[in-house]
Amino acid sequence: MTQPPDTPVVSTGEISSEAPVQATAAANAPTASAGGGRSFLPANTLLRHLLVLVACAVGAVVLLEITDPFTNSQLAQLTYYAIAAGGLTVLTGLNGQISLGHGALMAVGAYTTALMLDADEPLPLPVVLLAAVALATVVGALVGVAAARLHGPYLAGATLALAVGLPGLAVYYGDLFGGEQGLRVRAPRAPESFESFIDLVSGNPPSATKWLAYVGTICLLITFFLLANLVRSRIGRTWRAVRDQEVAAELAGINLGAWRVLAFVVSAACAGLAGGVLALVVRLAAPSGFTLVLSLALLTAIVIGGLGSLVGVLLGSALLVFLPPFVTDLGADLGLNSTEAAQLAPFVYGLVLVVVMIFAPAGVVGTIRMRWLTARARRAARGAGS
Amino acid sequence: MTRSSRRLTRLLAAATVATTLAACGGGDDGGGGGGGGGGENEASDVGITEDTIKLGAHYPLTGVAAPGYSEIPTGVQAYFDHVNANGGVYDRQIEYVYRDDAYNPTNTSAVVNQLVLEDEVFAVVGGLGTPTHSAVLEFLNSERVPDLFVSSGSRLWGETPEDYPYTFGWQTDYVSEGKILGQYIAENLPDAKVGLFLQDDDLGADGESGLREYIDDQIVEVQSYVPGNTDVGPQIAALQAAGADVVVGFNVPSYTALSQLVSLRLGYQPQWFYSNVGSDPTLVGSLLANFSQGQVTDATLLDGAITTEYFPGTDSPDDPWVQMFQQIWDEQGQEGELTTFRLYGMAQAYTTVQALQAAGQNPTRDDLVAAIEQVGADWEGPLFAPFRYSEDSHMGTSGMRVVQVAGAAVEELTPVLTTDLGDAEIEESDREAATPPENGIPDEEAAD
Repeated sequence: MTQPPDTPVVSTGEISSEAPVQATAAANAPTASAGGGRSFLPANTLLRHLLVLVACAVGAVVLLEITDPFTNSQLAQLTYYAIAAGGLTVLTGLNGQISLGHGALMAVGAYTTALMLDADEPLPLPVVLLAAVALATVVGALVGVAAARLHGPYLAGATLALAVGLPGLAVYYGDLFGGEQGLRVRAPRAPESFESFIDLVSGNPPSATKWLAYVGTICLLITFFLLANLVRSRIGRTWRAVRDQEVAAELAGINLGAWRVLAFVVSAACAGLAGGVLALVVRLAAPSGFTLVLSLALLTAIVIGGLGSLVGVLLGSALLVFLPPFVTDLGADLGLNSTEAAQLAPFVYGLVLVVVMIFAPAGVVGTIRMRWLTARARRAARGAGS
Repeated sequence: MTRSSRRLTRLLAAATVATTLAACGGGDDGGGGGGGGGGENEASDVGITEDTIKLGAHYPLTGVAAPGYSEIPTGVQAYFDHVNANGGVYDRQIEYVYRDDAYNPTNTSAVVNQLVLEDEVFAVVGGLGTPTHSAVLEFLNSERVPDLFVSSGSRLWGETPEDYPYTFGWQTDYVSEGKILGQYIAENLPDAKVGLFLQDDDLGADGESGLREYIDDQIVEVQSYVPGNTDVGPQIAALQAAGADVVVGFNVPSYTALSQLVSLRLGYQPQWFYSNVGSDPTLVGSLLANFSQGQVTDATLLDGAITTEYFPGTDSPDDPWVQMFQQIWDEQGQEGELTTFRLYGMAQAYTTVQALQAAGQNPTRDDLVAAIEQVGADWEGPLFAPFRYSEDSHMGTSGMRVVQVAGAAVEELTPVLTTDLGDAEIEESDREAATPPENGIPDEEAAD
């Protein structure tokens, strides 16, 4: 049997051993430049991430206070997309599994939040959101067990069924879940400490929109902090091993199935939290909000940003949130009527996706990182040669 | 003062204003109701300047719900353009911003945030859809933004004004429609076995509860479908098996087309009733052609089906309101024919202008709401029956007439009937059909 020497041997049970390396280039990026001699950051991963977390929190407060209320509401939108996509990027970028069902897992979180806040004396918000996470985790574990036995397109198909089927349950059990028109969510009021905090920081009016943006941001920061640590830990390394070379991983004593289930569970927990935040921000949990379009939007966000990268997730989510209104307004400024301008938005979004796939197949972050690595390798080669 | 005498006073007052205007050679309608007292225009609230007033709306302009519904805002826009060309309301030009939510509540929430926080509209007018508008109901009311004339027949928009004081309905609610259809069946087809074909949400549930007020004992089978699932074969077959010779559908237009095609295939020919929402013959005709891949070319399948109307559609081209709106559409509209959806938008815009006139020259958002509560029930316009607006109810128009589809037109089967939620009686409307104003612009005086 002759094989061209540079073509990777594709073994059975595996789609390809080569593809993920380039496509997930962003996943291998260090979270905050670790180990580099010029870095001022501490070498301890946890300490380094804590520092970054504090810096991001300060940055987020500044961002939320210098922008207008509408941008606040857009940032609140960004947080739930980013939380869900963060979980998905760990699943897809680090563990190599694809899920089209994350919209449905978000629905689990959203409905849990809506039902619990609907009680006569609702529990505190953190408890409600934790419950949303817990329930989505349970559903994720069930799906994950099935997912561990499937690969690539088969897994996509199974999770697709979840995305299509689960929102249907809300209609079928209409008495409990409010059917097609869904459950309206009364977001709990901001505590007084929040109002005095905003007063202290900027003196802006502490509106409900701002409060929800802060809730989303806090959830986002906590999630990303935990994910970043997880990715840099033994668990993250094991996931990457499972993704890149199944056989080698198995020979090294890694139980592929168990680790796949774990990845799915972690990512489902994120989706659950995202769903909870979505219910608060949108003030509604309804089946028409959790269609397949949502799951696909999350997938495009992580692909555009760069599979496996949390920074890429932020970029991709920002594109989801800010691009459509921007394009619509641009269209209106160019003299299109509102209907034509609205139709322009999905078109431009598709165009951006196609352009990114052609010119930056590893996503924005992945491509930048590969360029940088190539340049450094060249420099090193030149240095060695002289 | 009794209701009718109050109405008489209003009529006299309006007539006086009209003659005064006419005596002044008044082609200028900029004064609106004329009750402003000639003061200066002020920027009295968010969204109002000295010479503009900004209104916003959300509609599905893309996606599955866009065919038909996306035409509504073009009708609204054309009517506002007409008003603007004639001086606007109190010399203010109406700026109308409508945004796409693709019939997805998550998007609705985002675009309404944009309308309120960025575009800073004075009021939201005619937001479309029950699940979509539910998502912004709390937000609009907590921000104290008037949420006028929601394009949906759900009871949410007006049954409980104490919970949602800024929200007003507009079209006839599905419960009242069910009651009116139920009474018609009980009186004219007392021996019929009735089957129901319902959309599995408030459209179907409210319609069914209205129907059951009158024909509870005649109903032999209830079948519902989930929007999105295009196979309605089992439901229609079950209705056929139950021996229903009358089928009442509370469904959207695409399911009217689907149910017709399936029953054609099954050889099932009951007397069809469709709710107003699902019965536009033009749209159903094009859907039929589409779904049957050209084998059924028009809406002749719908011939003989019975439905309801609460405003004159394109099927009554001789109606003076339709003629007025046709003229405005020809002058101000975009490309395309005047459709019933565009008429719907124009009729809604007409009510909006009435509300803005009644709110006075320099209104706040609360003034607008108070004005509608105070005088909205007396407004006359393209709709057959009066609105139910008061401090206790924000429900829209209260009645409709039963009609039968005959080709591209409809035949009236009953006079205009009015009713209300709950066990309110069905009565014949005593109101004469209103005559449209000469220049196509209402002339309400400011409520005090």
